[in-house]
Amino acid sequence: MKNIQRRFEQLKQQGEKGLVAFVTAGDPDFDASRALIEKMIDAGVDVLELGVPFSDPTADGPTIQKASQRALKSGMTLKKVIELTTVLREKTDIPIILFSYYNPLLAYGLTNFYDDAVKAGADGVLLVDLPIEESDELTSKWPGDGLALIRLIAPTTPTERIEKIAASASGFLYLVSKTGVTGSDGLDTSEIKMNVERAKNITDIPVCVGFGISTPEDVKTVAASADGVVIGSAFERVIEENIGSQGLNDLIFDFTKSLKDATK
Amino acid sequence: MTQTIKIDTGPDANGHFGEFGGRYAAETLMPALLELEEAYYRITAEQKFQKEFSELLDKYTGRPTPLYYAKRLSEDIGGAKIYLKREDLAHTGAHKINNTIGQALLANWMGKKKIIAETGAGQHGVATATVAALFGMECKIFMGKEDVGRQAANVHRMELLNAEVIPVTSGTATLKDAMNEAMRYWVGAVLDTYYVIGSVAGPHPYPVMVRDFQRIIGDEAKQQIMEQVGRLPDKLVACVGGGSNAMGLFYPFLNDDIEMVGVEAAGEGIDTGRHAVTLGEGSVGVLHGSKSYVLQDADGQITEAHSVSAGLDYPGVGPEHSLLKEMERVVYKSIDDSEALKAFKALCTFEGIIPALESSHALAQTFKEAAAMDKNKIIVVNLSGRGDKDLGIVRSLGNDYF
Ligand SMILES: Cc1ncc(COP(=O)(O)O)c(C=O)c1O
Repeated sequence: MKNIQRRFEQLKQQGEKGLVAFVTAGDPDFDASRALIEKMIDAGVDVLELGVPFSDPTADGPTIQKASQRALKSGMTLKKVIELTTVLREKTDIPIILFSYYNPLLAYGLTNFYDDAVKAGADGVLLVDLPIEESDELTSKWPGDGLALIRLIAPTTPTERIEKIAASASGFLYLVSKTGVTGSDGLDTSEIKMNVERAKNITDIPVCVGFGISTPEDVKTVAASADGVVIGSAFERVIEENIGSQGLNDLIFDFTKSLKDATK
Repeated sequence: MTQTIKIDTGPDANGHFGEFGGRYAAETLMPALLELEEAYYRITAEQKFQKEFSELLDKYTGRPTPLYYAKRLSEDIGGAKIYLKREDLAHTGAHKINNTIGQALLANWMGKKKIIAETGAGQHGVATATVAALFGMECKIFMGKEDVGRQAANVHRMELLNAEVIPVTSGTATLKDAMNEAMRYWVGAVLDTYYVIGSVAGPHPYPVMVRDFQRIIGDEAKQQIMEQVGRLPDKLVACVGGGSNAMGLFYPFLNDDIEMVGVEAAGEGIDTGRHAVTLGEGSVGVLHGSKSYVLQDADGQITEAHSVSAGLDYPGVGPEHSLLKEMERVVYKSIDDSEALKAFKALCTFEGIIPALESSHALAQTFKEAAAMDKNKIIVVNLSGRGDKDLGIVRSLGNDYF
């Protein structure tokens, strides 16, 4: 958990914003995914969100749905996502966050999950379908504070509710950029700015914005107010369009670098 | 089973039925769910709402539906007397209309002009499209592409009612994926759109709300059986997909000394793995916003359900049923495709009633229960819908089953 905080403090000192990269773990398969992610890390990703594929991703648009399907088809499971974390941890010290729906964790066992994720070197977990009302069940099964539970707020979240959510937030606060699923288009940058400011008036922890951000220009605009920018579907689109092609790893490297440069 | 304790299933303030239920939803939807919960309790407490609801149920859907003693059938089986709660005679041909009237009326009171719904067999879609027309609302129905094919007549009905039917191709292209897609759409349209969930599933407050709108089935049945025979029945039977027609029948009887049997779809047989026996064969998980039994693999991925009946072809089940199972207040059994089809034919033959394939599962179990009971015993079975929508499937399967 400290690792996330440290990273954002470092970025602040360097006068940069964070590039948070979401990738569906195991898309298109374990080894290819690992190679892609290592390229992204080399290109300057500040925080990695490893997506745990789920059969019924109700908060995701078509791009991440398809990525999850490919990963599941290749045999990806939460257990293997944790293995991938171990492998990546040998190579990098950037914060790694496991991004999942709740059911795979329930099936894994909540305490087992904590132990294995911490041992693998994960710093946090973000659960799309676990609002504050339901999360005690999870955190009460955690024997320590080795994992940050990253909380989400949306444009629809009223201010009093943001206060409640922020009170139990750790790591960073994930602001959903728009009222919609991942990858949907139409970015309203003035609304984002307003929502970032609303959150920052309430909390001191970093605020990162995600959903539908796809170009270096988007990153630049959003990073003007936010502490970090989350890119997900845009990476998955590059992967989807270039699966099996020799140039994919370089494409991902260049794309990641262009996004990272926009945070400086 | 003799009952000694008072049954209180809840839910609590956060929508939990024991350890089940709750709200496992994206943050974007949480304010809408909280608003809906508040509006639901406030508005339905108003007499004016209850009066409008009950007038629509009576004058528009034709309630009360009859409780009918199936004499020839009962005599042929030679056991308990079988009474059919005739939800098939409600407008649009199934119990689903009770819930859509309630929810559309609520949406109307809340000032929402657009509604969406998921549908499996198409009965809930038709019932939603119907109330959308009735209230002059814009309506979109999400339906798995598989089901669009096997329930073509209902697709046509929805279109006649001016609803837009959106075929869903993701995942397994059945009810569960239709619900995924409806939720995704709702995440983007939550500010002006009301989502009419069709069963006692989904995040709080849907399970309690749908139960309360459906309890009219059990309330009527209780009064009718008292009028007709002067005593309560010995057993209740209903099919369980998401579980709304079963909750509707069972709920008003939970504190009575009566056995209750919920019937899940065993599809091609439990051994084949191609079934929809969620309570019987599944395990506890989270799907579509609530914690309940689900069909899943060891890694927590939801697995496909199978049933000849599209309305039972669902790998989840309402959370209150999970609690009733754990309390052992309701016994859950299963009936496979072939048993259901035989019961379908039997009701046609002995009573001149063509039942829905969903309801045929309840009938098949009723026949088994009745055969093992005395002639002076009484079973009430929920005939949740009529079979017109299933004629295509039954015909395509040929006569081998009968
Ligand atoms: C006639 C009929 N019965 C039963 C069901 C199953 O739903 P539930 O279990 O919610 O009653 C359906 C669902 O489409 C239906 O159409």
